[in-house]
Amino acid sequence: MLALSSANPTQAPVTRFSAETCCLSINQFHLAYAGKTALRDLTLDVPRHRVTAFIGPSGCGKSTLLRAINRLHDLNESVTHHGQIQLEGQDIHAPQMNVTELRRRVGMVFQTPNPFPMSIYENVAFGLRLQRRLPKRKRDDIIEWALTSAALWDEVKDRLHRSAWQLSGGQQQRLVIARTLAVQPDVLLLDEPASALDPISTLKIEELIRNLKSQLTLVLVTHNMQQAARVSDYTAFLQQGELVEYGPTDQVFTNPRLQRTENYITGRMT
Amino acid sequence: MRWSFRPSRISAMGSLLWPWLCAASVALSLLMLATLLTLLATRGLGHFWPAALEEATLHSGETVIGQPVRETPLPNTAGIERLYFTGNRDIDGASWRWVALDDIDTVAVPDDLIRLERSPWGDFIGRLEAVESEGQHFEDDAAWAFVARALTLPDSQRPNAQLQLTAANGHTITQPLSGVTLFQAPNAMSWGQKVVVWSERIWQFLSEGPRAANTGGGVWPAIFGTVLMVILMSVIVTPFGVLAAIYLNEIAHQNRLTRLVRIGVRNLAGVPSIVYGVFGLGVFVYGIGGSIDSWFFEDALPSPTFGTGGLLWASLTLALLTLPVVIVATEEGLARIPDAQREGAVALGATRLEMLTRVVLPMATPAMLTGVILAVARAAGEVAPLMLVGVAKLAPQMPVDGEFPYLHLERKFMHLGYHLFDTAFHGEDVQAAIPLVFATALLLVLIVLVLNLTAIFLRHYLRRQRGNEC
Repeated sequence: MLALSSANPTQAPVTRFSAETCCLSINQFHLAYAGKTALRDLTLDVPRHRVTAFIGPSGCGKSTLLRAINRLHDLNESVTHHGQIQLEGQDIHAPQMNVTELRRRVGMVFQTPNPFPMSIYENVAFGLRLQRRLPKRKRDDIIEWALTSAALWDEVKDRLHRSAWQLSGGQQQRLVIARTLAVQPDVLLLDEPASALDPISTLKIEELIRNLKSQLTLVLVTHNMQQAARVSDYTAFLQQGELVEYGPTDQVFTNPRLQRTENYITGRMT
Repeated sequence: MRWSFRPSRISAMGSLLWPWLCAASVALSLLMLATLLTLLATRGLGHFWPAALEEATLHSGETVIGQPVRETPLPNTAGIERLYFTGNRDIDGASWRWVALDDIDTVAVPDDLIRLERSPWGDFIGRLEAVESEGQHFEDDAAWAFVARALTLPDSQRPNAQLQLTAANGHTITQPLSGVTLFQAPNAMSWGQKVVVWSERIWQFLSEGPRAANTGGGVWPAIFGTVLMVILMSVIVTPFGVLAAIYLNEIAHQNRLTRLVRIGVRNLAGVPSIVYGVFGLGVFVYGIGGSIDSWFFEDALPSPTFGTGGLLWASLTLALLTLPVVIVATEEGLARIPDAQREGAVALGATRLEMLTRVVLPMATPAMLTGVILAVARAAGEVAPLMLVGVAKLAPQMPVDGEFPYLHLERKFMHLGYHLFDTAFHGEDVQAAIPLVFATALLLVLIVLVLNLTAIFLRHYLRRQRGNEC
């Protein structure tokens, strides 16, 4: 399945998957903030129904890459980019690509939980209401399914119409995941989803990530090596906007091919 | 000895002094506010209390009947003199009388003294001798009962009657009942009756139009004009201010020009209000109003319809005056909303418009209401620009009536702030104006308070609705 081609051991290896298993394909993607390069010629494929973790030091561009997949950089005029990102074979920057449709297919969960100032129910219904009119019963079913998938239903089923801001941080983050799941995305991007949470909540989120794998493709950005090792199937190590190493998580963590990767993983930063 | 800097001692003193200075400032502000409100309340509300009437006999043998108002020391420590409100302008030529305390022999408070409010000539203070009505003659208790009963009837059903009255100097006059609006014997009243009369008079003040060149009667047209003008102003300023703030904060590129515009808007809030008045007169009244007249109301020219000060122009001018307040408050509210909320909405597939209307604007509503509260507070108290663009000393017609189109935006209107100014400085009877000035000032403060409280409760309601249950 995995075809590694490393011409030069110090260069980033190009990791390719076959079209049947590849969900996201990033091709020589380059991105700059107001002329300052943040991502340099990035090439990697993200496999379908797997958890892929992006790790690397602060400012290495892993969050930038994640936001690029959702085209969130469209909101910022100073961002320029070239290269390609393909979702299921479609170029996400192509003129015929509907950006709101793309964002429905590629859900995103941010570092700090950001539920809207509405009821729990309305938070989950938010994305649904943007798309099409659903009969109430159908909508209720989807909301229950989304909350159940996010392992939150049992905790909130009796107070669906209470404010989402009354939930705890961990519950809020799971609500945000449920909100994203409700629109049935193909990909879920998680930007350090547990970094603002306590250890118990973190464990719940990690378990949730592992369970969601059967439904969709997950991409996780994390600072936490153990977390990446625990939940991900593939790991990409980025440094200064470049892909350093990419491969199955077991291999990257136990037997990295490059010294730079090993140094970072073992905490020997030079 | 060389002076040496000891930071430890200075900071120790500072840490002790700071809280004291801050607390003292708060205390001083509160004290000033409390004094102001107490003064307005006592002087303003006290005016309506049916005060006792005194009958003072002077050493010279003369009798003075009136309501004691206040006392002031005479110059050169020559004792104290007391001001009496004596009424009877038709008999004495004046309604007020200063009497030196040293001149007074005895003071009595007899129960049979009465006070009549009548037109013309204002108040009468003295005694009721008899009533003649359609050939019948009443005296004493019967006369009192007759007048009291007659005044409870509506104007059209009142009997024809003549009241025979005696003033303090023994002068007798005949007063037709049709001119009497109030008959009162304060000395004979119980405390409960006084409270009833007091509340009736306050109600009259609030519900009736002014009389006697704004020195008497009520202020209803001025209350109505003030509130209507402020509501119109809010209706105009809120959408403009909110849209402008959304553009500046959410849509415009954050470059040098935007920053310049923002600084400009903030500085507009500091422009003196009379300048806005001049602008309103030049642009709204003469410019736009004049054009409207020449296009649509040519028949009425040269007498202007819209080309003169009116309710619409006053509201527009004040809307312009308060626009920066609304913009700044709304913008601050928008800036406080975390970007995470915007990104969260966008990441779910919301368009920019959907993000704005469904997430950002609901969150910014309390800030917008704060802006409107500040705007209302400023507009309700503003007088200077209004004098140029539409306020009248005495508006012959209310801006709202039963005549199509019911709301007459071109009419001049009365305003409490201007009414206050006019009563205080343009009345003929200065002594009579003083309590009215306090009462009007109290009313103005209360109206601003009520308008503000309405907006605050609305904001609180919206916040709670969002915070607890939707």
